[in-house]
Amino acid sequence: MDSSTFFGLSTVAYILAMVTYIIYLAFKKESLGIVATALTVAGFVSQTLAFGLRWKEFYDIGQMGILRAVPLTNLYESLIFFVWCLILAYLIIEFKYKNRSFGAFVTPVAGLALAFIDISGMSTNIQPLVPALQSNWLLAHVMMSFIAYAMFAISFSTGLMYLIVRTENRNEPAYIFWTVMLSIFIITLSAMGLDYFTFRVAIQSQEELIKSYLFKASFMSSSSSVAVLSWGIAAAFTFFIWRFGGTLKKIIAGFNISHEMLDEITYKSIAIGFPIFTLGGLIFGAIWADQAWGKYWTWDPKETWSLITWFFYAFYLHSRLMRGWKGKKVAIVAVLGFMAVIFTYLGVNLLLSGLHSYGAQ
Amino acid sequence: MEKEKEKKTITDKVWDLFASVKLAIIIFSLIALTSIVGTIVEQQAEPERNLKLLAKMFGESSAPTIYSVLDSLGFMNMYHSWWFVGLLLLFAANLIICSFDRLPRVLKMVNEKVRPLPPEHLEKMSIKKAVSLKGKASQFRELGVSALNDIGFKPLESSGEQGTQFYAEKGNFTRLGVYITHLSILIILAGAIIGIFFGFNAFLNLPEGETSSVAFQDRGVEVPLGFALRCDNFEVDYYPNSDMPKAYRSWLTVIKNGREVMKKSIVVNDPLVYEGITFYQASYGPVPNAMGNGIFILKLISKNGNSEQVQAKLGDSFAIPGTSVRGKIVDFSPALSIDPSGRAFTYADQLVNPAVAIEFSDSGEKKFSGWLLKRYPKTWDLPDGNRVEFMDYWGVEYTGMQVRKDPGVWIVYLGCFIMAAGLYITFFMSHKRVWVNISEDKNEVKVLIGASANRNRAAFEHKIEKLAGLLSAGPKGGK
Repeated sequence: MDSSTFFGLSTVAYILAMVTYIIYLAFKKESLGIVATALTVAGFVSQTLAFGLRWKEFYDIGQMGILRAVPLTNLYESLIFFVWCLILAYLIIEFKYKNRSFGAFVTPVAGLALAFIDISGMSTNIQPLVPALQSNWLLAHVMMSFIAYAMFAISFSTGLMYLIVRTENRNEPAYIFWTVMLSIFIITLSAMGLDYFTFRVAIQSQEELIKSYLFKASFMSSSSSVAVLSWGIAAAFTFFIWRFGGTLKKIIAGFNISHEMLDEITYKSIAIGFPIFTLGGLIFGAIWADQAWGKYWTWDPKETWSLITWFFYAFYLHSRLMRGWKGKKVAIVAVLGFMAVIFTYLGVNLLLSGLHSYGAQ
Repeated sequence: MEKEKEKKTITDKVWDLFASVKLAIIIFSLIALTSIVGTIVEQQAEPERNLKLLAKMFGESSAPTIYSVLDSLGFMNMYHSWWFVGLLLLFAANLIICSFDRLPRVLKMVNEKVRPLPPEHLEKMSIKKAVSLKGKASQFRELGVSALNDIGFKPLESSGEQGTQFYAEKGNFTRLGVYITHLSILIILAGAIIGIFFGFNAFLNLPEGETSSVAFQDRGVEVPLGFALRCDNFEVDYYPNSDMPKAYRSWLTVIKNGREVMKKSIVVNDPLVYEGITFYQASYGPVPNAMGNGIFILKLISKNGNSEQVQAKLGDSFAIPGTSVRGKIVDFSPALSIDPSGRAFTYADQLVNPAVAIEFSDSGEKKFSGWLLKRYPKTWDLPDGNRVEFMDYWGVEYTGMQVRKDPGVWIVYLGCFIMAAGLYITFFMSHKRVWVNISEDKNEVKVLIGASANRNRAAFEHKIEKLAGLLSAGPKGGK
């Protein structure tokens, strides 16, 4: 069996786990919760095996030494590693806080990230390393960046849950903020899924994907009636979430998740993610750039967006620790910070050009 | 209050402004927002590229106007514009003044020694434990010290009316972690400024065999190196059966005062450094109009083992040593491929798959001709058992190098190191304090533990539980 078999198994396991966690939330049966956890663990083990196998396959093809064969050289591999870190972090939290209900919020992110790989039709082939990536810094820089991204993803989930639990009034800015955020998140993913089922083509390059297919089945459709309908549905969906958001709050509140716990997890994951991101993402990245390109900082889009992300989380930490901001205000910063992470990670590679462009292949 | 405000001098007001978090937020946001524009508009690019981009975003008609507005504001090279550098300096000033504003208070906390506290006070601490045990208080003195040693504290002791108290603290310096991190940002900025004023960034495209004593900056400005650099050879390695480069390498020689002082081959991620100037392998390409004028380096091996290396140009002839077989170089292709009908054609301008066509004759009589490919040794064997190895096609490619001098880079590295240390101290260490009060009440010994930590309380709580366990095991168990 090769790595892709195990990757496929783990995707199935995570999606089943997601469904089970959601049913568990609805019916509150302990046995269902155990099944969900078991599925997540099975998916994680299978993914770990797959990662190790792919590392070996890469090593056999590249012949560059084991440290340089780390399978983290393109979008596909990095997304998979991101999911792996996320699930690991989630399992630690489930174990530490003895609370399964976060699973219903984390496994969808994992499942959807893996589904995004299919939807976008990105290349899953092992590609040989271009000369710029042949360095031992690759391992430290990319791995630490993605560990930090996973921590930030956790803080996004708990930050959003915090806002859901803590907002009362439909006209409150924080309530509007989370309903709009959640709607955009779901609508974007649904629109991408629609693109996939409409066109069903193997896409050669990301550029082609963005130019010819992205949102072409909905918002950017050549038929104006489809486009107008899509925007209409999106608006109606956002309104729906806004109108009935209170139900979501009741579901979460029914699960002994206190808002203090949510606030604490948000803070802790950022307090771990921020130093790792600074060291692995920014500092190691700068040292590597200095050795490979002769400039430790070039204001390349990836670097600039990493800095913007860093600002967001630095702001979060300062406003929480210095100004004593608690609760909703900082939760909003945590959610926005993850938007910057998504753009740094995906947006820069897909939409902007620059020195880091090998990530888009 | 009102009067106090009036008394403030301008210096105070400026100080207060810079010490305010509000200004920090405004500067943060301005840097972030303008940076976003800078990532969308391509920096230091040809005007046409950004005009095209703007036309897509705002329409054909308004694009030129928007372009000229953005251009005059410096957005086309914004990270080097006066206002962006100004924002960064404002950020530095804000950071310095914010830190100095709060530093005295923090230093006081760092230098303040832990003191014994009355038991009522301990009961109000965020971490507390109370244990009642049989025995006499005096039996617990040694145990108190050893238990605290076990969890990594060196306690002081004081005795009073309310019993004996052991108290200790650790990591008071960790409160400075934030300031160490702030300092590191300033060190990095200082290193960057030194680099801007005392260093340079340039490039050098050097054809094989040529020598240069200057590098070039934008718009052709020459930067003297103080020595000369020669490219002896340049070579690209490809992945098997693909035109994807695996590695590219330049063999360089440094010449100073007419003498060769250094030889090194460079690849991406492994540069050459001489007299503070670093040469990075960055790119490569064909020398314009030189593709037909290169030198073929061929190794000729006859079937009985005689061998010889020759250099030849297009049109030249050579003899295979010890035989009467002669070859004439008749054609060359930088990237040879064969179309379905079997005809050879060139598919790229770059030297991706170099091939040489040679006509062989024996004693003046034509024998055979064919293509020899540099990347495919199988094509080197001739039908008559002789062999012609295609070693290199030399003198038609240039190596592209990034040339840099940056005396500030070590300061930047130092700043990075300090930042890592500062972040570690800030997020993974804490100022911990613990008090253990032992008092006697009739036949019971009351042990009261109070503790506090400014961060990572949960981990410290575990330690305190361990401490309580050690103490409640009693003097005998503790030994």
